[in-house]
Amino acid sequence: MIAKQNMGLQHVKLSSYYVVHLPEADDFDFWRERARVLVQCEVPPDRIAWVEPGGSGDLFAHGDRNMPVTPADARPVRANRRFVSLARNAILHSDPERFALLYRLLWRLQANPRMMEDKADTDVRRVEDLAKNVRRDSHKMHAFVRFRLVESEDEGLGEHYVAWFEPEHHILRANAGFFMRRFSNMRWSILTPRGSLHWDGSSMSEGPPAQRSDAPGGDPMEDLWRSYYAAIFNPARLKVGAMLKEMPKKYWKNMPEAALIPELIAGAQNREAAMVAKGKSVFSGEFEKRPDTLEAIDKAIHACRKCPIGALDNHAVMGEGPRDAALMIVGEQPGDHEDQAGRPFVGPAGKLLDQHLDRAGIDRRSAYVTNAVKHFKYVPKIVRGGKRRLHQNPQAKEIDTCRWWIEAERAIVQPKLVLAMGASAARGLLGRTVSISKVRGVPIPLEDGSELWVTAHPSYLLRLDGPAREEQARLFDADLAAVKARLGEVAG
Amino acid sequence: MAAQSILQKLEILADAAKYDASCASSGTAKRNSMGGPNGRGGIGSTEGMGICHAYAPDGRCISLLKILLTNHCVFDCHYCVNRKSSNVARARFTPQEVVDLTLAFYRRNYIEGLFLSSGIVKSSNHTMEQLVEVARILREEHDFRGYIHLKTIPEADAEMVHQAGLYADRVSINVELPTDSGLTRLAPDKNAAQIEGAMGKVKADLVEAKDARKRFRHAPRFAPAGQSTQMIVGADAATDSDIVGKASRLYDSFGLRRVYYSAFSPIPDASAVLPLKRPPLIREHRLYQSDWLMRFYGYKPADVMQATEPDGNLPLDIDPKLAWALKFRGAFPVDVNRASKEQLLRVPGLGVKAVGKILASRRHRALRLDDVARLTLSITKVRPFICTVDWRPVLLTDRADLRSLLAPKTEQLELFAA
Ligand code: SF4
Repeated sequence: MIAKQNMGLQHVKLSSYYVVHLPEADDFDFWRERARVLVQCEVPPDRIAWVEPGGSGDLFAHGDRNMPVTPADARPVRANRRFVSLARNAILHSDPERFALLYRLLWRLQANPRMMEDKADTDVRRVEDLAKNVRRDSHKMHAFVRFRLVESEDEGLGEHYVAWFEPEHHILRANAGFFMRRFSNMRWSILTPRGSLHWDGSSMSEGPPAQRSDAPGGDPMEDLWRSYYAAIFNPARLKVGAMLKEMPKKYWKNMPEAALIPELIAGAQNREAAMVAKGKSVFSGEFEKRPDTLEAIDKAIHACRKCPIGALDNHAVMGEGPRDAALMIVGEQPGDHEDQAGRPFVGPAGKLLDQHLDRAGIDRRSAYVTNAVKHFKYVPKIVRGGKRRLHQNPQAKEIDTCRWWIEAERAIVQPKLVLAMGASAARGLLGRTVSISKVRGVPIPLEDGSELWVTAHPSYLLRLDGPAREEQARLFDADLAAVKARLGEVAG
Repeated sequence: MAAQSILQKLEILADAAKYDASCASSGTAKRNSMGGPNGRGGIGSTEGMGICHAYAPDGRCISLLKILLTNHCVFDCHYCVNRKSSNVARARFTPQEVVDLTLAFYRRNYIEGLFLSSGIVKSSNHTMEQLVEVARILREEHDFRGYIHLKTIPEADAEMVHQAGLYADRVSINVELPTDSGLTRLAPDKNAAQIEGAMGKVKADLVEAKDARKRFRHAPRFAPAGQSTQMIVGADAATDSDIVGKASRLYDSFGLRRVYYSAFSPIPDASAVLPLKRPPLIREHRLYQSDWLMRFYGYKPADVMQATEPDGNLPLDIDPKLAWALKFRGAFPVDVNRASKEQLLRVPGLGVKAVGKILASRRHRALRLDDVARLTLSITKVRPFICTVDWRPVLLTDRADLRSLLAPKTEQLELFAA
């Protein structure tokens, strides 16, 4: 190495220092051209000052501004592809030392052509860091440029999209292609403190550095964009650190949506609390604490106010029957009679049910009889001078809420068959509304291996007369008979 | 009610989309807006890597305009804020309105494209038709060459899903829940067989289109960014083992590009059937880490399952890679100067990049601990599992308290306490 250098130095004055002025801060080709000559003339790194436009050139005030002359027998300069591609990026960095660093690396590469692979080397690492920062800045430019629309005064030119951006490094020119490829049929300009780019739909031109005041101040679309930004953020997942890492504050001032960030963060806790509270009309947090005895369920439903029905003046009605019943019969909800008696199916519908069960040969006392909704839903009404409670159908949401309890009962009784009477009862078990005419007579398998049979609610029969009632009664009996038969099979 | 403004609709329909985990816009065919059939050029480009145009305070990338066409829905899935029985404000865009919004945002460089899903209105086919119509107008009438992701409706006719794939870069079909029983319980209107059937059909279409392109250069592209899916974590009793198993079956059977996990988050007007305790976000994060291990580190689903605790869930206090290493201490220490790439990839704290750098550098020198420290983010985490010319962790891997030594402070993990 020493010998070779001495040999080379014959082309260079021993006391020589060279000053290379670059025409542009991002001119890689110019740097490469000069660097090649200097390496061939074996000018050591510490003899060169690289000066970019606006940079200070007085480091070697007496340095030679003329390049040495390449000797005829100079060896070609070696640089592998990895070096060239890294250098191309690193040279866009705003660090004034980058040219010298790259030259030093190129210099060392001549003695050790595989040096770039040595990732633990300080110079290699430094260049990789520079290139990485440049790539990152480029990437952020692709991402964070925000165009604003200005209607051009010139007839025929139409829409013009203008952006103001403040890149950290000399990346503007290198990124022209990206914006051209993306917005080729638009007229646009990107203004930066380091220069500007203009695309007119068919050709690109460069302009001088600009100021923020040269760019438009707003765009009507920004209100929509800001609402989108605020709405798409899930306050239940606040992760400010992760956001800051990818979108550092220095970029915020030119991004219209960033102005919202402080209030979004400040409001997140409240918004999340509100989301949770809105969802809390149900059993939040009590999933694991479902009662595991019928007695405990009985107690709990009396205190339950999870849906509006519980807040009416009524009593909860617990299911009844053997805790190991093979058949569970589920009605819709207690009525006036049941509410007063505190027992299921004791009113007119219950009487009718008993008759049909008898006819089918099912002993009601051997079944566990309960309701999909535990409280009586009604509207108070003055009828003929007295007060009456008019039955009302529960809403889907109320049935779903109360599903909690019917599932608790099922978990304890573990029936082999469940007979749901009416669409509400079926929903309490399935979580969806089915049409009775479509599903009756066919068992629906449930997750726990049991079977759900769906039939009409006896109170439906009570509301019918004549042939319609006869027809429904016949269907009801047929369903009960099928359940009876199936019960014989599954209960052994 | 007075007609809603675009702004009001956008608020409702973006808000309803915020539970969706995916926002990816990468991995599709490269396109740009230069030239083309009409000679004027179109609008938009894709260059392989998607671009995150902003980040939300939840740390998630915003790269696509992610909205619902409508949040009206005839279905009643319990975990879903848009379900029929939910009481939320409803809105509905026309396809043209979505197109206009997408283009206006795209031209201002706010987004990479559109991610459109929808509640089901009228019928699955009708809804799917509307989704496809948005993509058609964008592509055919505006020569839009940016990214489009359509969430397809599995109940819709296969022919319509196929149409979606011809316009979109990616199509996705949500499996919704990790287990069939969870699906039956929480999405009573959906059907696991139908969902997987739709995925299978998309896979067949993908394969066919790829074959056709090999033979005819102008064969139409079909969803060049492939298909993905999403499942909700923490709404049913499925364990991480169940979830990882399901995900890997889906990857294998349907050639999915990604499986997204969405931690069940509190939704307004939630259904009573839900578990109702928000699963820690960190659980979702651990699942993504394990997904990463399988996709880039050569872990098998069985490896990840072995890293779970007896309850079938991955530990929350340490990452799955460390969890695996602590269970299989016999595989360590790994000699960084000799070990295979596969072995190095199993070292906690060594990422794919660091391993690449180690492999490249060790051809030049025998690595010392200092060298490794320069190539990794944190040597403290790595040290107990490696040896170098000047370092051997003697008995460290036998220490019973290794886990607590290496586990980060728990406060740092739960970023926002439940
Ligand atoms: S009807 Fe059911 S959910 Fe509603 S308050 Fe009564 S027990 Fe609770």
